[in-house]
Amino acid sequence: MTTFVAPVIDWAALSAILVIAGTGIVGVLVAAFVPASSRRTVQVVLALVAPLAALAVVAWRWSVVVGGGESTLVAGQLAEDGPALAAQAIILIFAVVGFAVMASRLPNGEEAFAPQGAAAPGSAYEEAARRAGLEQTEVFPLALLSLAGMLVFPMANDLLVMFVALEVLSLPLYVLSAMARRRRVLSHEAALKYFLLGAFSSALFLFGVALLFGFSGSISLPDLGTAAATTVGMDGMAVVGFVLVLTGLLFKVGAVPFHAWVPDVYQGAPTPVTGFMAAATKTAAFAAILRLLYVAAPGFGWDVEPVLWAVAIASMLLGTVAAIVQTDIKRTLAYSSVAHAGFALVAIVSLSEQGPSALLFYLLAYGLATVGAFAVVTLVRERDADGNVTGEATHLSQWAGLGRRHPVLAATMTLFLLSFAGIPLTAGFVGKFVAFVAAADGGAWPLVVIAVIASAAAAFFYVRIIVLMYFSRPEESERPGADAVEPGALTRASLVLCALGTLVLGVWPTPVLDLLAQAAKFVV
Amino acid sequence: MTNPYVPILVLMGAAALLALGGIGASAVIGPKVYSRAKLEAYECGIQPTPHAIGHGRFNIKYYLVAMTFIVFDIEVVFLYPWAVAFSDLAVFGVVAMLGFLALITVPYLYEWRRGALNWD
Repeated sequence: MTTFVAPVIDWAALSAILVIAGTGIVGVLVAAFVPASSRRTVQVVLALVAPLAALAVVAWRWSVVVGGGESTLVAGQLAEDGPALAAQAIILIFAVVGFAVMASRLPNGEEAFAPQGAAAPGSAYEEAARRAGLEQTEVFPLALLSLAGMLVFPMANDLLVMFVALEVLSLPLYVLSAMARRRRVLSHEAALKYFLLGAFSSALFLFGVALLFGFSGSISLPDLGTAAATTVGMDGMAVVGFVLVLTGLLFKVGAVPFHAWVPDVYQGAPTPVTGFMAAATKTAAFAAILRLLYVAAPGFGWDVEPVLWAVAIASMLLGTVAAIVQTDIKRTLAYSSVAHAGFALVAIVSLSEQGPSALLFYLLAYGLATVGAFAVVTLVRERDADGNVTGEATHLSQWAGLGRRHPVLAATMTLFLLSFAGIPLTAGFVGKFVAFVAAADGGAWPLVVIAVIASAAAAFFYVRIIVLMYFSRPEESERPGADAVEPGALTRASLVLCALGTLVLGVWPTPVLDLLAQAAKFVV
Repeated sequence: MTNPYVPILVLMGAAALLALGGIGASAVIGPKVYSRAKLEAYECGIQPTPHAIGHGRFNIKYYLVAMTFIVFDIEVVFLYPWAVAFSDLAVFGVVAMLGFLALITVPYLYEWRRGALNWD
């Protein structure tokens, strides 16, 4: 038996994660001890300050680490290097803008989250809960704890740490998905589906870890890479294990054929949660895939590449085709996110040198537009006969003519949609461009051709929404027409940040691209 | 030379034999009485309440008790192996375990403050 040696822990390198996780735990205590009247204010302040503080910490670590200070921490279980820090910074940016939308209220004081799970909408019980000022402030600690898991994910240099991070980020998201105030049954259904399929994919991931451990005798990624290059005669075990681990991660990304949960969960979850989840989870999971592929996979490259090709092509084609036939804006955006998972994969299938920075830029561009687009969805509301604001108007036909009544909001949405479509002068264009160039440099020409065709087809349904907003009259139908409400200060700030980011990254992407290019080196 | 996995196979065989043997033996030698009570969920005659079919609602208290159980259960799950390896882990283990205990007290405090421990 080996003797136990206490690992040396570099607390400074862990400080960003500790800030977020610590604030999450403080948030639970706030929910327990702070009086109900001031609870929400405290939670919102904590949830907005913590990601900003963590962002500052990441910037500081960046200056220490990038360009020679890369290292592994805690006995090699975590890695602090450029790609990890870049991914953490991107996730934290999404957290700032995403939490701002979560914390906003409608002009009538309504939140996106159910005040009491058991109180049916419209019942006397719910009215009593509303009068009592009951609110679910647990949303914020849950989101922070999930964020802590997302921050560990890009650093995980060990399959078990990766698994723990996967669970830490997933479990709060399942709960958050169930908390919608309106269309509550849909929300519960979404959470249950997400939980069951998520548990299933976690099991596959673990099974893959077991097989890889059987193959290499280690769960650390660099050891796995070494074993893959030197061990002969156990290919079956190794490849099956590797593909199973990849399956667990591709599930979180929402790539075909592991996308079945995406439309239902994106539609059912409270819209602010959907925006944050779509952007940040995807970034975290892609960062983990990045490390898995670049650190452990070069030894597996020969077998894994066809799998990635198939997943990327299937995601792009199915996401695009399915998005075209959707009639619900949230489902359309969900299928578009499946397609974007495919486009993002294109950047790294050939394991080219520019792959990591191209992928991270793509995710930044996609995430800003995603948080923004879902924030716009939270503002477009139905009204009942008395003119009271009710639920979100998610049917596409209800968006007709929005451009006439709310030109600024429609213009913002148009910007995000153009970025999704990859039209020049938006961040999405630069993202697609660098992703496809990275793939082409690695020799994946056929894939690039398919990706370009798919993005041309995908442009159709984004443009269709734009045409609907500007050039269609609201048709007579049984559905109430949609009207946008004034955004709260926080949603407004979030929308401005997302729109500015999308524009600036589209017009002048060089500084960010240069920064990310410095960060392309993985520590082994 | 025996394969080291043979004992595991033998164990699996013994387990299967025991399980199937038990079911088989009770089918062969057990008394067979059929009555109304045999068809009910609990043979003692208690009706399961509320009826699962027909929109019965369970009191949330049961779930809260289950959650409280899990808090302590997880605590014990980690305390046992720690106690076994206590001398090897030394100071590092004590500090880590104290941190874990402090963290696992947080959900308990939350339950207590939000009234989950009041039965009525």
